[in-house]
Amino acid sequence: MIRYIIRRLLQVIPVFLGTTLLVYYMVFALPGDPIAALFGDRQPPQSVIDALRNQYNLDQPFWVQYGLFLKNLFTFNLGVDFTQQPIAATLARIFPVTAMLAIEALIIQAVFGVLFGVFAGLRKGKLFDSTVLVASLVVIAVPTFVLGFVFQLVFGVQLGWAKPTVGASANWGNLILPAVVLGLVSFAYVLRLTRTSVIENMNADYVRTATAKGLSRPRVVLAHILRNSMIPVVTYLGANLGGLMGGAIVTEGIFNVPGVGNKLYQAVQRGEGPTVVAIVSVLVLVFVVANLLVDLLYAWLDPRIRYE
Amino acid sequence: MRFTRTSKALGLAAIVALAATGCGGGNGGGSGQAASDPGKIITAYSNEPQNPLLPANTNEVYGGRVVELLFEGLRAYDPSGKPVNALAESIESPDSRNWTIKLKPGAKFTNGEAITAKTFVDSWNFAALSSNLQNNGFFFESIDGYADVSAVKESKGADGKTTSTPAPKAQTMSGLVAKDDSTITVKLTQPEADWSLRLGYSAFYPLPSEAMKDPKKFGENPIGNGPYKFAKDGAWVHDQSISLVKNPDYNGPRTAKNGGVTFKFYTDPGPAYTDLQGDNLDVSDVVPSNALKTYTTDFPDRNSTKPNANNATLNIPGYNPNFQGEAGKLRRQALSYAINREEITKVIYNGTRTPAKDFTAPLLEGYSDSIPGSEVLTFDPAKAKDLWAQAEKIKPYDGSKPLQIASNTDGGNKEWIEAVANGFKNNLGINAEIQPFAKFAEVLNLRKSQKLPGLTRAGWQGDYPSLYNFLGPVWATGASSNYEKYSNPEFDKLLKEGLAAKTPDEASTKFNKAQEILFKDLPGLPLWYRATPIVWSNNVVKAETGWNGGVLYYNIEAK
Repeated sequence: MIRYIIRRLLQVIPVFLGTTLLVYYMVFALPGDPIAALFGDRQPPQSVIDALRNQYNLDQPFWVQYGLFLKNLFTFNLGVDFTQQPIAATLARIFPVTAMLAIEALIIQAVFGVLFGVFAGLRKGKLFDSTVLVASLVVIAVPTFVLGFVFQLVFGVQLGWAKPTVGASANWGNLILPAVVLGLVSFAYVLRLTRTSVIENMNADYVRTATAKGLSRPRVVLAHILRNSMIPVVTYLGANLGGLMGGAIVTEGIFNVPGVGNKLYQAVQRGEGPTVVAIVSVLVLVFVVANLLVDLLYAWLDPRIRYE
Repeated sequence: MRFTRTSKALGLAAIVALAATGCGGGNGGGSGQAASDPGKIITAYSNEPQNPLLPANTNEVYGGRVVELLFEGLRAYDPSGKPVNALAESIESPDSRNWTIKLKPGAKFTNGEAITAKTFVDSWNFAALSSNLQNNGFFFESIDGYADVSAVKESKGADGKTTSTPAPKAQTMSGLVAKDDSTITVKLTQPEADWSLRLGYSAFYPLPSEAMKDPKKFGENPIGNGPYKFAKDGAWVHDQSISLVKNPDYNGPRTAKNGGVTFKFYTDPGPAYTDLQGDNLDVSDVVPSNALKTYTTDFPDRNSTKPNANNATLNIPGYNPNFQGEAGKLRRQALSYAINREEITKVIYNGTRTPAKDFTAPLLEGYSDSIPGSEVLTFDPAKAKDLWAQAEKIKPYDGSKPLQIASNTDGGNKEWIEAVANGFKNNLGINAEIQPFAKFAEVLNLRKSQKLPGLTRAGWQGDYPSLYNFLGPVWATGASSNYEKYSNPEFDKLLKEGLAAKTPDEASTKFNKAQEILFKDLPGLPLWYRATPIVWSNNVVKAETGWNGGVLYYNIEAK
């Protein structure tokens, strides 16, 4: 088990080098001069521009730039971004916000998705089941940004239940609206996944055995059906956490959440290689750890799986 | 909506949680009362400043609006753009070259440091010194001795690129002297009648001595002398907000009518607009392009669209063989006659632009809408065709490639450029199209390296309210923003004469004479002037923009 974890963690190294190189190169290849882009029609003296270029190693060839970036990374010196702010401080500011948002969204989709999914599965073919199925299809079909704008306008502006945007006051309460929007689409997937699994397991031999043995209905559902139905759901949720941490660009944009997605978008627009790669590096770690946790959860959920 | 069941459940969960944390919208009534509350803090749209908040280093709007509230200079601009004395008691010059500035006594920074003549001299020398790498250092270029403090060393790298590194030959400008505690004398390299107009610009603000010891640290928590001050150390929460409160000791022309301004940062104007609709934000000067048609109905009685000192032009590089010589001149005129400015400003811009009448901007002293030659700015397809035909007789047009108009496509530029290109197509029979770029910087690179295949969009926002500011830096030979390298000695001469003029009137006459030359050469085609649409919430009485399109935050009353 320990050896398995170590082996998995060692895999991070090539993945990490590969992704950072790729992302760094893509930002490097963006057209336009990022330093000139910092200024409008009115450009500062050439010496100021040259000093900035030198500060960000933009006057060096690509491999030197990337090498210097790696060197700084391994000495835990992420440098400063184009607004002269330390990138480390930026990371420390944006990741907690996005983590809050992601966790809230994950809880919403996991709790509600599994709950509705189990009930729908147990009442297969009944009114509740069909209603939920149709509703989830609608949710999947509507793009996130539409949901975002509708929720923002209805709950934020017209009803005034929540603040329309999050801005500087990012806390659990203010993040609920974006978290609902963010979690809703995956909620529908989780629901459908759970429902199918439950229906499949309801007809399994061990469930019939358990019922025949005279176990109470709740015990059969919780211990036998639910636990076995969770395996595909956990995989999905685990993979989703990584996505939620890095991919909330649309939702964070609509609700002006000062998180990873927003910053990433801004940094890409400005052609800020170091910031983009720093954020992506953390995201790579999040993905790897989330996937590892999922794999470990498997073993717990399904005793047939053993890691050596 | 069909998915009411689930969403109701989720909505309910949301209500419970929101009630628990107590963060409702809280806009229950109160919109009727007009009594203002001078202690209330207002919120305003902004974005993360790009540099530490040092006046001479701030050359973008989001940092600029904060710096302007934190500091006060020798002069300030009133809402119409007229400079009034602020810290200066008097600013005089017998010959427009030697200036004597007397300071009002008793001015202080919020940390208690007194503001004397020496404060200004030190601040300006700091800003101009090339090794301090201040973005706005060139604002001091007219002062005697600037050449020495701003000197740079140019070196050629292995790849043939020149790099310039600061190499100042002196630490202070010889023309700038603190005579005594309250007198500054300034000697310029040449007479400049409008020099004193610049003194309200942020580059000329005074800095406390602390700033020069550690500029970067100071820029995080600036200490100023303006109508506002930082709410506390660390009031700038990066990527989120900057909180300013009223400076009670401020005594000047821009006294705050509210208790403070909190700038909330938005990466996109869309959410800010929604926030305004929900009274979660009080004022925004950026209306998203999809709301340009609706903002007057979305915010009835809570919007304003005032013109400001800002223009847009379509520049025609002199290195383009199609537009050189006598034929080129005729073609330039033809292009100008083929643009329907009236219609574009109405249909595409919904009246947030007005057709240009000159190369500067309205609101400026000396502005004229009837400069000889400005008739080329009217829409006249017949004349356009005729001029084009005349040019064809002199030298045939090389139409092997379509005439391209370079522009970044963000910021709603695509629509009007397509309209202009269609005007060229329909009225001149030439093939024209937009040359799209993702970013402004890409266009700028082409412009700087003189490699534009066709025309380019350009624009100018006034630094200080003066005709010269719209002509000198943009069209004078070798000027900093003259990327197409337009040059006409006659134009340069008239500019110089205008600067040396004894009275502002005489100067304006010369500058407008210089514009006549521009209208003959047409290095660029004036398109329109900008008006800035702003909207405000139910929490404030009214908001307005100043001469440069910036919101006058200090004038906003909260209710």
